[in-house]
Amino acid sequence: MASHGIKDRVAIIGMGCTPFGEHWDKDVDDLIVDASMDAFASAGVTKDDIDAYWLGTATSGSSGMALARPLQIQGKPVSRVENFCATGSEALRAASYAVASGAYDIAMAVGAEKLKDGGYQGIASPKPAGDGTQRTLTAAAMYSMIVPAYAKKYGLDEDQLMDVLATIAAKNHANGAVNPRAQFRKAVSKETVLSAPRLAGRLGVFDCAGVADGSAAAIIVRAEDAARYTDTPLYIKAFAVSTGTGSSLIDPEYDYTHFPECEAAANDAYAQAGVTDPRHQLAMAEVHDCFTPTELVLMEDLGFAERGTAWKEVLAGTFDLRGELPVNPDGGLKSFGHPVGASGLRMFFECWLQLRGEAGAERQIDTDRTLALTHNLGGYPGEMVSLVSIVGSELG
Amino acid sequence: MRGIVSSGGYVPFRRLRRSAVPELLGTGGGKGTRAVASHDEDTTTMGLEAARLALAGVPAAAPDALWFTTPTPAYADKTNANAIHAALRLSSEVPAFDFGGGLRSGVGALETALSGRGTTLVVMADQRDGLPGGPDETFGGDGAAAFLVGDDGPGAPVVAELLASASATDEFTDRWRTPGERRSKVWEERFGETRYLPLGKEAWARALKAAGLEAEAVDRLVVTSMHGRAAKALSGALGTAKEAVVDDLSGSLGQAGAAHPGLVLSSILEEADPGQVVAVVHLADGAEVLLLRTTDAIAGWSPERPVAAQIAVGAELPYGKFLAWRGMLSPEPPRRPEPLRVQSPPAWRAEEWKFAFVGSRDRTSGAVHLPPSRVSMQGGAVDDMEPVCLAGTPGTIATFTIDRIAYSPSPPIVFAVVDFDGGGRYPVELTDVDADALSIGDRVEMTFRRLYSADGVHDYFWKARPLRRAPTA
Repeated sequence: MASHGIKDRVAIIGMGCTPFGEHWDKDVDDLIVDASMDAFASAGVTKDDIDAYWLGTATSGSSGMALARPLQIQGKPVSRVENFCATGSEALRAASYAVASGAYDIAMAVGAEKLKDGGYQGIASPKPAGDGTQRTLTAAAMYSMIVPAYAKKYGLDEDQLMDVLATIAAKNHANGAVNPRAQFRKAVSKETVLSAPRLAGRLGVFDCAGVADGSAAAIIVRAEDAARYTDTPLYIKAFAVSTGTGSSLIDPEYDYTHFPECEAAANDAYAQAGVTDPRHQLAMAEVHDCFTPTELVLMEDLGFAERGTAWKEVLAGTFDLRGELPVNPDGGLKSFGHPVGASGLRMFFECWLQLRGEAGAERQIDTDRTLALTHNLGGYPGEMVSLVSIVGSELG
Repeated sequence: MRGIVSSGGYVPFRRLRRSAVPELLGTGGGKGTRAVASHDEDTTTMGLEAARLALAGVPAAAPDALWFTTPTPAYADKTNANAIHAALRLSSEVPAFDFGGGLRSGVGALETALSGRGTTLVVMADQRDGLPGGPDETFGGDGAAAFLVGDDGPGAPVVAELLASASATDEFTDRWRTPGERRSKVWEERFGETRYLPLGKEAWARALKAAGLEAEAVDRLVVTSMHGRAAKALSGALGTAKEAVVDDLSGSLGQAGAAHPGLVLSSILEEADPGQVVAVVHLADGAEVLLLRTTDAIAGWSPERPVAAQIAVGAELPYGKFLAWRGMLSPEPPRRPEPLRVQSPPAWRAEEWKFAFVGSRDRTSGAVHLPPSRVSMQGGAVDDMEPVCLAGTPGTIATFTIDRIAYSPSPPIVFAVVDFDGGGRYPVELTDVDADALSIGDRVEMTFRRLYSADGVHDYFWKARPLRRAPTA
């Protein structure tokens, strides 16, 4: 049993990403076309150069035809993948493994989601009732249960913890405010975050990620072929997936202060990439900040802070855009928006910009580190999938 | 000897303060309170609560029939008793029947069981509605009662034997309601009173004669009726000692219609001494009289949760919330999609889980799975689990939240992760709870509720509620 990974065997040679937000005037096909054309242009290829395609979408389409139709891809293998909020990264993982295996020379991953046509705030899709015993709680409520549990375990009072969470929200909003593709382009003060009406537990609207429409795409070749397309490819260092069994939900040992699936995926990814000290080796990290307590807990699950100390690091500014390890420099799910199937590839897009020095002066991270991490989780505390990947701008 | 082996009365947690009615409407109201079923309760769930209480005291007893009766059923056509049957995990050979819809049906079912054979679990429940400000809304009540009726036997002795019963039946229209209506209508009160008084006296005389008793021999008397004036007048006119007339609970709970005679009878038995003669008179389209005598065995009977204890822990419900729960006000719902109807085949496949809260326990590791699982979450065991019913097991809150945006018939949803005593965890909705009073470590117990209804299909499942009384060992 082993997870060998494909370190430095494939490279991203082009990417595209639409602005995320309320695209009332575009359907999912429009978003797919926009992101794909950007990616083709970025790599200097056309759709006919691509040998195989993967589409990641959670709810906005079924089968590979959801990509083949809008792009009119003729006679090529096109597949659709889904793995909750890790869907976009799963598409890239599939394309990368396909190229690494030698099956194809050049592959493309597209992630897309159209969420704003549903007519409800948040992500709300009525499901078959089944036996009628499944809980109907919102994701916000499930993640809000971290607040009392974390506060109690580490001896914080809840007001103190809410101040920490407001710091995370304000940071991600500040990052999004200077990012032209972000859904929310306005700085939000801690006071505003804290005074918002409560939606679930202690969480207010500014503790929750934006629900958005959007699409992002990436084109993959073997690492040795990358120079034919670009001088500045991004090399895949690791892809790690950990899929929970859901049993933490009914396990009395689970304490709602960590996500075992995320810790497992991170450890696997670090082993594949040869990362031993993520806090000091990574240039940046894009993490799945679906709710503010999620980002707090992830700082510990991903090894950026010791257990029980992430809240201090947040207050110290460690994860700020100009901090020691910038987290969610593009604004994160919080302010960049969260079109489920596109979010994973959006995170790679930020790594693509930052590690290649293309983020623009206002938000470019100043670092000599060459590795970046992306992290997705999908599901709820106690029952989730997690995907951690690492990319780098240099071989080795 | 045949009689009552055990009983249980169920009083829902919430109370409407009658003086809250004129505060909003300017008219109506009165003194005291009435019991109010929660938005997630109906006559079926309240009946189950009473049935569980009745069975709790006599683990040796096994009913060979289940009878359920209510004038306010959750379903027509579909037998409501079946949900109670499933929740109690009664064997499939035990029949479950719904009986009748009139206000006489509760006491009538009990009388029939007492004069019949076998061991019958008789369950009666009612939920009284009326238009805002009207007397039915204010003086009606919600509740349920259950009686295990059978022959005296080892492990399940009779605690109150039937001495005699008597009826007086007459056709006249005092109170009526067409099926599906929430509101009852009544004829001029005086007419009913002049009918009920002679009918009550007639049945009373017959019952005393059959029992060979004089009225002075009666130690406890209650007259119940939706016709409050007739009940009051009759209770003073039956020749019993004045102190024999007990509180009919209408001041604190209201008259719970067909369930009320059972509810008060259970509360009398819960506090009775051996050798006492107990009389219940119910006035509805005639008069019914039950004469019972408590046995020596009643000294050894310890009711799980007496009616008096439930009256003591009740908490007020704002009148606006009451109106919303009764469908008399339509507050803005959460802007979320409404749930779809429960699907019959999966609900049937999950019957033990859904109706009786039965999970599975890995025989090797002991890990408890809720819902039951074929493959263990610990170790590699497959199809090697035993059923474990946690419906009666208290638990402790590990963490909790309040969901203000999820769909609920009465937002917000209060939700907690519950660790059960002796193993097992389940994240579950709470009910009968004031959200701001909740903390980690609070004790809870499970209760069977109606989560929502869609396309006329009621979704029954379990919730947790604060444990308001120390569990008996």
